[in-house]
Amino acid sequence: MMNSSTYSDAIDNSAAGHPVIRTENVSIFYGNFQAVRNVFLDIPKNKVVAFIGPSGCGKSTLLRCYNRLNDLIPGARVEGKITYQNIDLYDPKVDPVEVRRRIGMVFQRPNPFPKSIYENIAFGARINGYKGDMDELVERSLRSAALWDEVKDKLKESGLSLSGGQQQRLCIARTVAIEPEVILMDEPCSALDPISTLRVEDLIHDLKQRFTIIIVTHNMQQASRVADYTAFFNAEAGETGSRFGYLVEYDKTEHIFNAPKEKSTQDYVSGRFG
Amino acid sequence: MTLQTIAPEETLIQSSQKFNLPRLINRLFYWLTVLLAVGVGVILLWITYSLLSIAFPAIAQFNIGFLFTQVWNPVQELYGALPQIYGTIVSSIIALLFAIPLGVGVAIFLSENFLPSKVLTPIAFLVELLAAIPSVVYGMWGIFVFIPFILPLLQLIHQWFGWIPLFSTSPSTRQMFATAMVLAIMILPTIIAISRDALISVPPQLRQGAYGLGATRWEAITQVLVPAALSGIIGSIMLALGRALGETMAAAMLIGNANRVNISLFAPASTISALIANQFGEASGLQRSSLFYLALILMILTLVVNMLAEFIVSRFQQVE
Repeated sequence: MMNSSTYSDAIDNSAAGHPVIRTENVSIFYGNFQAVRNVFLDIPKNKVVAFIGPSGCGKSTLLRCYNRLNDLIPGARVEGKITYQNIDLYDPKVDPVEVRRRIGMVFQRPNPFPKSIYENIAFGARINGYKGDMDELVERSLRSAALWDEVKDKLKESGLSLSGGQQQRLCIARTVAIEPEVILMDEPCSALDPISTLRVEDLIHDLKQRFTIIIVTHNMQQASRVADYTAFFNAEAGETGSRFGYLVEYDKTEHIFNAPKEKSTQDYVSGRFG
Repeated sequence: MTLQTIAPEETLIQSSQKFNLPRLINRLFYWLTVLLAVGVGVILLWITYSLLSIAFPAIAQFNIGFLFTQVWNPVQELYGALPQIYGTIVSSIIALLFAIPLGVGVAIFLSENFLPSKVLTPIAFLVELLAAIPSVVYGMWGIFVFIPFILPLLQLIHQWFGWIPLFSTSPSTRQMFATAMVLAIMILPTIIAISRDALISVPPQLRQGAYGLGATRWEAITQVLVPAALSGIIGSIMLALGRALGETMAAAMLIGNANRVNISLFAPASTISALIANQFGEASGLQRSSLFYLALILMILTLVVNMLAEFIVSRFQQVE
């Protein structure tokens, strides 16, 4: 196993400012099964970082540790240290609910609530104690998600009445409405058609001005289009024969795609395996 | 039959017309299922027709006033069912008041991972066993155990809140309130089992979405999961109401069969099914006809509730 910390050093030198999230020697377990091994990875502020790699390499698993959504899975356990603004996310004094209010998430399949479009957005704001003008927030969030013009006349209709691409943008609007600092996206376009995918990618470009974004994707073109930095994960069989994921290489996106340091990265991005 | 029996000169029509056992069975089977399906409908119509025809003298005699008078006098041949209709509806509503919060609460508990599944599965199994207890057992338990057990508590309520008309009489050993509580226990499994299924079938992505926005478990349950499962929960409540309305044995044993409307819940009362169960044996003439009139009313009540439940549950499935 290579020492991945060299890659995070590379990021520190090139990235402006302090990293928002630091991942220091993180391993993730489900019961006795080790899913992810020894990851070092820093996420710079207001950048888009893509996680790529074959299925089962632990990229989604790692993503879900950043907002402690893995807490919902019985037996899931994190070793090592993940810090957000220098605070250990897994400190016993940290309430996971507070973590998720600062680190929002967009899921693989659009999952609007079976409520009106308006309520889908108002829900998150309301539970986060938003006291301002709700109409204004709903409009602003829908505009940020490039959805306002399509839905402004039917805010009272169910979120489920929208098309898949619109639903996913509604979910992004819903996340934007709680004003997180970081947005995690777990294969946000895998259930969408190519046109909707491009719209979501445009949106990611806009959102990067205000948010730090980590996106898991199976689509390498997507990673090269949207990401400033790309982390390539791979899976390997361990001593016991069960497969675990690890970080192979993390660098600026153009380096990963044009001049990767590792041969397995080269093989993956050129489509020779995975 | 071997292939050789098909003569080469036989046409398609000839071979189709020839006797063939599988073909015969196939045809018989079709008609058998038609017969059985129609038979079920016929039985329902038959029951409805019998109720109507036997009840007709009472319907003709008392008309709609039957629903609003409090008299049950076989000597003078005067009948009115207000106490029974009132008792049936009020006891069912009180039973729901207890069973809904308890049942939905347990359903939420069983559908969340508050406890390891090693503990939850036996609890869910026990809940379903509650539905398997015969109602006469509930009645006996009510008479000999439950009512003596809660009577002191009801006494206290009467002492403190006796100024409220609902608690204005001294708790009787046969009464509406205790009956309703036993009914509540009887309908709990229906509410729990169906509400739990509805909650479990809420897509996990919705739960994750709620948590991902920083919802606490309480917020996720009350504002996302329960609303998403609401039609299923309402359907379970309707089915439970149908069961409470029609429950006979436990009600007949516990409610005291008092033939008048009493505002106090601690006084004896009556229900439709309890009155029928108590009187059908020696009834004849107009009395029997009046009992059938009552049965018709009960059937319409439960039919409406069940249709409502079907309607709500089918709407729930459309959302899925």
